[in-house]
Amino acid sequence: MEMTVAQALIRCLEMEGVEVIFGYPGGAILPVYDALCKMGSIKHILARHEQGAVHAADAYSRVTGHVGVVMATSGPGATNLVTGIANAYMDSVPLVVITGQVPTSQVGTDAFQEVDITGITLPITKHNYLVKDAGKLPTVVKNAFHIASTGRPGPVLIDLPRDVATETIKLDYPDSVSLRGYKPTYKGHPTKVKEAAQMMMKAERPVIYAGGGILNSGATGELLELAEMLSAPVTNTLMGLSSFPGDHPLFLGMLGLHGTRYANLAVTKCDLLIALGARFDDRVTSKISSFAPDAGVVHVDIDPAEIGKNVQVHVPIVGDVRQVLQALLPNINKKDRSEWLEQIQNWKEQYPMGYARDGMLKPQAVIEAICRHTRGEAVVATDVGQHQMWVAQFYRFKHPGKLISSGGLGTMGFGLPATVGAQVGRPDSLVVLITGDGSLQMTLQELATVVEQKLPIKIFVLNNNCLGMVRQLQEFYCERRYIATEFSFVPDFVTMAKAYGIAGYTIKSHSELDRLLPEILSNPDAVMVNCLVDPQENVSPMVMAGQGIDQAIDC
Amino acid sequence: MRHTLAVLVENNPGVLARVAGLFSRRGFNIDSLAVGRTENPDVSRMTIVVEGDDRILEQVTKQLHKLIDVIKISDISPEEYVDRELVIIKVHSDPARRGEIMQVADIFRARIVDLGRKTITLECTGNNGKINAFEESLRPYGIKELVRTGKIAMLRGLRFTSVNGQKDDD
Repeated sequence: MEMTVAQALIRCLEMEGVEVIFGYPGGAILPVYDALCKMGSIKHILARHEQGAVHAADAYSRVTGHVGVVMATSGPGATNLVTGIANAYMDSVPLVVITGQVPTSQVGTDAFQEVDITGITLPITKHNYLVKDAGKLPTVVKNAFHIASTGRPGPVLIDLPRDVATETIKLDYPDSVSLRGYKPTYKGHPTKVKEAAQMMMKAERPVIYAGGGILNSGATGELLELAEMLSAPVTNTLMGLSSFPGDHPLFLGMLGLHGTRYANLAVTKCDLLIALGARFDDRVTSKISSFAPDAGVVHVDIDPAEIGKNVQVHVPIVGDVRQVLQALLPNINKKDRSEWLEQIQNWKEQYPMGYARDGMLKPQAVIEAICRHTRGEAVVATDVGQHQMWVAQFYRFKHPGKLISSGGLGTMGFGLPATVGAQVGRPDSLVVLITGDGSLQMTLQELATVVEQKLPIKIFVLNNNCLGMVRQLQEFYCERRYIATEFSFVPDFVTMAKAYGIAGYTIKSHSELDRLLPEILSNPDAVMVNCLVDPQENVSPMVMAGQGIDQAIDC
Repeated sequence: MRHTLAVLVENNPGVLARVAGLFSRRGFNIDSLAVGRTENPDVSRMTIVVEGDDRILEQVTKQLHKLIDVIKISDISPEEYVDRELVIIKVHSDPARRGEIMQVADIFRARIVDLGRKTITLECTGNNGKINAFEESLRPYGIKELVRTGKIAMLRGLRFTSVNGQKDDD
């Protein structure tokens, strides 16, 4: 069947099962939007800024497991996507990003709204394409979805010049891909799997260090089984949170710079570290030589380049975590490790996670209350900063995939647009945004999208009138010389919410919190909750730069 | 240690930028990089000389493998291989010194490819050491211009590096 490339593109997206596109139109992408309009088969969510669209597509992918699709025009439309693409790349989120480009005859001439977006996104995409040959479009789309969603997932960008988009082609969508340079490994090497099992059976003090790969591969059941069989405590990275039940006795919480003391101590003292779908990020390890110094390391990851990148590994296993664990579990026998677990329990009692519940409203208390009132079952999106760490520390996730947070890139402004994508992807779930007054103001424009799409998001601003995390860094690293971190003006978020037609609440005390939360959470529409929290509160514990993770300080 | 990598890549636009960009952003040092088509027009071959210990080499290889357009990577350094580089050098030469320079060219089995009023241009192929020595020998005459291709290399004997057989016996 003959059709324009733009129409063929939409047909290809339909055949990939795409139901929603997040985007923002413009000149160079006009033919594609026109095709989208004519064909009417895919829902389009109009953001208020391209960054909002790409974060929404990112979160949509995280909650649904489908490839997120985002569309923007050339030039500034494309460059506005860059932060969001980098964010998805760092957190291994599958996206297909479609950008319009100036006509091929103008490419390279510094034309109006021209930018070399394939060049710009080279280091932040898994792969990208500039479609110069109309006939190749179907293959490019097929490859893009395949590359984005297989192996270690990530964003793939397709740049489509306007003249190519209006050419006519005969659509013949390929059934399969043929990429000789791309063949991800899913099954772990059997010898290595056996070796890993032997190490696990021999170890006296094993710790499981589980990252985002558990969620990506759907290995939460296998993780739970492994932990219980081995009687091994489990610690999560930020990306791994919610992959292990937050109320499980073997759970240690998050590790690393703001991890629990007992998680960091367990890792430091363990004799076997079982790293599953995690990448030994510097925020986890801090000083590498003090990280699990006495431990053998088993590292399972789908990306071979992550194995041995930061730490020396004794048993490397390249593969899909779920498939590897399925092969591994039959080699594991139930093992009692009461001595080690007793030690862990002692640490938990000696160094409990807590905060002083005095005077002003404590941000941690807000998160604990939200957790209580949502029974740990809400989809929680966060921004980046202190509030994000407090969510990681105090929200006990009961089910997998419920934390939507910018881990690797640490993108302030991710949260609000992420709730858009999360709620679109999970229309029946309660979606909560926990953000700060700094982060929220970075992508505030998406509040209009929330209202336009009638998304019943509950926004909690932990408002401390400052950039809390950076201020905390200045307190500890710059002898309290505070610069550019304290706001002398913060808008009244409740009045602002009113301008958007959203209900607003201000919460100043612990008693108001418990009294108002049921009403807020059961509101059928979006709600803005301005929580005036203690501005002096710090994220604690904290590992200072260059220290081992067992050397955390209270702050 | 220096490693010589034979990297087979899809002959797609931008593939050189992908490979070169990867080296610079990950902080790997390229000693030389030569690229050209192979017997298969869809495939290009890059010969990359990279400096680094085994850990760096492992990362270089793994990161290169992550590029979709990279088909195959072989570290040929531990094997027996032929390597060549081509240099073209333009040296200052008064007619009186031409004979001398031509003698140097003879020793290195270089060829004279152009003659100017006050210059002489020579080409020479060989391995890295020979090219370096040739360059040093001409330096006293005054090198006006010099261009080197970077090293290309191939395994000796029946062993070969191609899309279908990596270092296989024929």
